[in-house]
Amino acid sequence: MSSVTSETFKAGDTPLPGLKQFGLIAAVLGVVLTGAGFMMSGSEGADRFFRAYLVAYTFWAGVALGSLALLMVNHLTGGAWGIVLRRPLEAAVRTIPFLAVLFLPIAFGLHSLYEWTHESAKTDPLLMLKAGYLNTPFFLARQVIYFAIWSAIGYLLTSWSAEQDRTGDPAIAGKMERLSGGGLVVYFLTITFAMVDWTMSVNPHWFSTIWGLLYIGGQGLSAFAFCIMVLVMLSQTAPLNKVLSTHHFHDLGKFLFAFLMLWAYLSFSQLLIIWSANLPEEIPHYIIRWETSWRYLSAFIIIGHFIVPYALLLSRDLKKNAGKLKVVAIWIIFARLADYYWHVAPEFYHGGMSLSLLDLALPLALGGIFISIFVSQLSARSLLPVNDAGLEKALTHHVH
Amino acid sequence: MHTNEPTNRRHGVMAEFESAQAVVDAARKVMAHGFTKVEGYSPVPIEELNDIIHQTRTVLPKLVLAGGLTGMATGFALQYWASVIEYPMNIGGRPQASWITFIIPSYELTILFAALTAAIGMIVLNGLPQPYHPVFNVDRFAMASSDKFFLVVESADPKFDQAGTSEFLRSTGAKGVYDVDE
Repeated sequence: MSSVTSETFKAGDTPLPGLKQFGLIAAVLGVVLTGAGFMMSGSEGADRFFRAYLVAYTFWAGVALGSLALLMVNHLTGGAWGIVLRRPLEAAVRTIPFLAVLFLPIAFGLHSLYEWTHESAKTDPLLMLKAGYLNTPFFLARQVIYFAIWSAIGYLLTSWSAEQDRTGDPAIAGKMERLSGGGLVVYFLTITFAMVDWTMSVNPHWFSTIWGLLYIGGQGLSAFAFCIMVLVMLSQTAPLNKVLSTHHFHDLGKFLFAFLMLWAYLSFSQLLIIWSANLPEEIPHYIIRWETSWRYLSAFIIIGHFIVPYALLLSRDLKKNAGKLKVVAIWIIFARLADYYWHVAPEFYHGGMSLSLLDLALPLALGGIFISIFVSQLSARSLLPVNDAGLEKALTHHVH
Repeated sequence: MHTNEPTNRRHGVMAEFESAQAVVDAARKVMAHGFTKVEGYSPVPIEELNDIIHQTRTVLPKLVLAGGLTGMATGFALQYWASVIEYPMNIGGRPQASWITFIIPSYELTILFAALTAAIGMIVLNGLPQPYHPVFNVDRFAMASSDKFFLVVESADPKFDQAGTSEFLRSTGAKGVYDVDE
């Protein structure tokens, strides 16, 4: 079997012409709409741009970073799900250096995003105490460190994997496994700090100790939804249509379900703890989101991000049906985006929902750019790890 | 199930196979031939065999869902009744129907009821406990616990006829075919 597959799965043509085209159109359309939205917002344009950019960026970076985590988990645990998902995960991980460049607008928009950069922070008693951590030079230095670490782990894992494809040296799997063990610990720490920086410090007076985990679960969910969408698209044409079976999609659907529950569990934990304590320094987070017109978005998150996909993913038939699973995955991608928006935007607009064209245009633009880079990285390699020891077992998954 | 009819009544015909692959291949032929009341016996789990033989879906998932929803409603109603109707107390000014805190016990009862429904439902739907089963009347059937694989076509099957079915099973590659007394 494996000798057949190494013949069949050589790197070749662009695997997803449809997705590539979508990425280009989305990028161009998104940039044009961003320009239009910027004009329409008048004097608020810059603030609106950076706030929408932060949401869009946090989401798409989350797909790449979640993929990094899932890749490391698979190197540690093995399993058919990770073998068939490996190349999409690696392609997403390969976008991290590009995402580092795309972080630059946020660095230029700190004043629009973070109250702790304002002059008033120097006299705010609480922010004076936090100034040792929340100050511009240290913030920027931290971002450099995060991206250096994520890029380095991603670079090592993907280039070792490329070497494994070329040489078939069995020692490489052990190297990847060892790096993944430490890498996951580093991932948890860096994501916790990074998400405190990116989104929690938007309101520097507020804090939640579960924030980092909430994003880790969310990134896992985003990455799974995105990679399932890609894998279903790949499964419709040669060569993957010959090897992907309903069993693979059933497994991936179960994982998507599990990550959805993890996200809901963590989100609910934060709500329960803050709601029960009812402390004046914590509860405003939920008061803004429930006592104003933001409640409609809050209700949408509960129903659209949890109840509906949860009920759908309960069905075994749906998880085994690649086409339907793709629809649910795409739906979850949109719900994830709404969730990130819900985390950030109410902090700027306490009075109620305030949607601008930029909030839609920037996720589209960054998504287009992300997808374009992703597809070009995906086409650089064979679609399956041809020399992985688990490949044959993964492809004959259903025979016990 | 077990009646006082004459003992020469047949439960069905049993075929013995040497390997998992052989029993799976035979099961495909048996199902393709149109038999519906078929059962397979194996010393190791064979998912494929189960998928081939049992094409009608069990009602168990629906029962478990109903059990879970009942548990959820029970948990919520219990807390609502206790803290709103029967024993309302002002705790730190919180609303009496504080549904956010009700979620956890409701969830726990959802899981409890669903799990109990699954376990009990599985036992009942399988017809357990079952101290007597006709297949044990065939001596060779003891090998189903070590290294042989068996298919049984039951006499309740509309297409069943004693000689014809035995002949057919032999043609599927069975190493032995036995009549199973009721």
